[in-house]
Amino acid sequence: MLNSLLSPNTQWVLLSTLILGMAAGMIGCLAYWKRQSLMSDALSHAALPGVVIAFALTGSKNLLVMILGAAVSALIGAWMIQWIRSSSRIKEDTAMGMILSVFFGLGIMLLTIVNRTAGGNQSGLDNFIFGQAASMVRKDVFTMLILAVLVILVVSIGFKEWKLFLFDPDFARGLGLNSRLMNSLYMGVLVLVIVIGIQAVGVILMAAMLIIPAVSARYWTQSFRTMVILSAVFGGGSGFIGTLISTLGKGWPTGPFIVVASSVLFTVSLVFGAEKGLLIQAMQLRSQKKDHTESSNQAVIKPQLSERGNHQ
Amino acid sequence: MSVLQVQGLNASYRKNKVLHDVSFEVGQGSLTSIVGPNGAGKSTLLKVMLELHPKLSGDVSFFGSSLSKTKTRVGYVPQRGSVDWDFPTDALDVVMMGLYGRVGWLKRPNKSHKEKAMASLEQMGMADFAGRQISQLSGGQQQRVFLARALVQDADLYFMDEPLAGVDAATERAIMTTLKDLKTAGKTVMVVHHDLQTVEDYFDHVLLLNRTVIAHGKTEEAFTKDHVYRAYGGTLRWMKEA
Repeated sequence: MLNSLLSPNTQWVLLSTLILGMAAGMIGCLAYWKRQSLMSDALSHAALPGVVIAFALTGSKNLLVMILGAAVSALIGAWMIQWIRSSSRIKEDTAMGMILSVFFGLGIMLLTIVNRTAGGNQSGLDNFIFGQAASMVRKDVFTMLILAVLVILVVSIGFKEWKLFLFDPDFARGLGLNSRLMNSLYMGVLVLVIVIGIQAVGVILMAAMLIIPAVSARYWTQSFRTMVILSAVFGGGSGFIGTLISTLGKGWPTGPFIVVASSVLFTVSLVFGAEKGLLIQAMQLRSQKKDHTESSNQAVIKPQLSERGNHQ
Repeated sequence: MSVLQVQGLNASYRKNKVLHDVSFEVGQGSLTSIVGPNGAGKSTLLKVMLELHPKLSGDVSFFGSSLSKTKTRVGYVPQRGSVDWDFPTDALDVVMMGLYGRVGWLKRPNKSHKEKAMASLEQMGMADFAGRQISQLSGGQQQRVFLARALVQDADLYFMDEPLAGVDAATERAIMTTLKDLKTAGKTVMVVHHDLQTVEDYFDHVLLLNRTVIAHGKTEEAFTKDHVYRAYGGTLRWMKEA
């Protein structure tokens, strides 16, 4: 019904943010259990200079070229975080904070220069900051779709291996699972999902697509498989809803609406979640208190009964 | 026949050299405890032998061959604290992980794998907890799950890092029964152990370690007052009382 009102292009954009959200939700679960949620934020910010440089060098807004630039830039950022951590006293969280701000600052600086020289804001590069899904053309949508499906496949096919790698990497190595390969693959899919998402969601908010669905899913399940599936559903759902709302107004950025949509899902999970949700915890505590008072009442009655027995 | 041969092993952890010229040989069917003070390099020794931590120099051979060629014959039980027990999975699923090498990468485990994992949980007295979320298990139960995961590997040589640390008496008994069963079945087991009182009761061989091998051999020969003093540098009180 609603779809008939939307243009075919909007339908394609909606499909692409849906699939992107699913891929990001799945990768978010990997990052969550690798304790690297913040890493995704650092990497998405680190992608910005690459996008601008790729545009400046080629002079065209070809998404594949931009994605390539973003990936190179994000990987340099990742490598620098590792390098700072291993060769200095600086801890990983600080290193991520440094790289995040330095790369983002550099990206904004380059963006300003390119915008000035390439004829005002004609380049449309600003869209990469907050995301503008509606600005994507059909070819961009296809590029994004194919890569997102690829990411989903990588996680699904090696599901058992990912679980082992995340739960107990030492044991995994002992079994002969190539940890270097798994680490590279992890970094590869993480960067891939970030760079394909930045045009639609923007570098600032891309990390939210990875982090929020995963933590929301955590409130509903005690099975890793279900967590990944739920996270994909939450990510895809908020991607779809956020994009839908952003198409209602002209020039409304997509990223913020997606983040707000997924935050609503998170709040619902936090309160109503079946596993350690606030409501269920309160209810459990209440029923335990009730049981406790009932059983202590019985404990008071029992000795009275036995006393009576002694008298007889 | 020696199952494990370590020759001139050196390794460092962060800036400190923790293993210095470590050499020893372990025979088939032995149950060896690795004993030494904190920071003696016990866990590092296991990790270096299993190539989980880089070595500076030295050679380690398993069954007269390299680790990569004998990986399926070597089992490892890491310290309980080395993983996040909040991970969303159940006891049976953790035990199944021990079979992943045999299931084959990218393949799905079948019914017979599941039955094997169940049998292994049963052996550790944990059958009733198969579907239990791992964060809901007690420390002793978590340790039993780790043991069950190692058993299901059906390896010939096992390395265990402090399996008896912080477990209750019932779990300690269950684990020791299992270790003795393994020995009877001709398997070789090396255990990092911290309780000096039980070394003589539990193990037939001992490796006293303090960055280098202080003594190694049959428990009655190697686990002497003199050697223990040398390993612990005289900081030990219980020996005086004994």
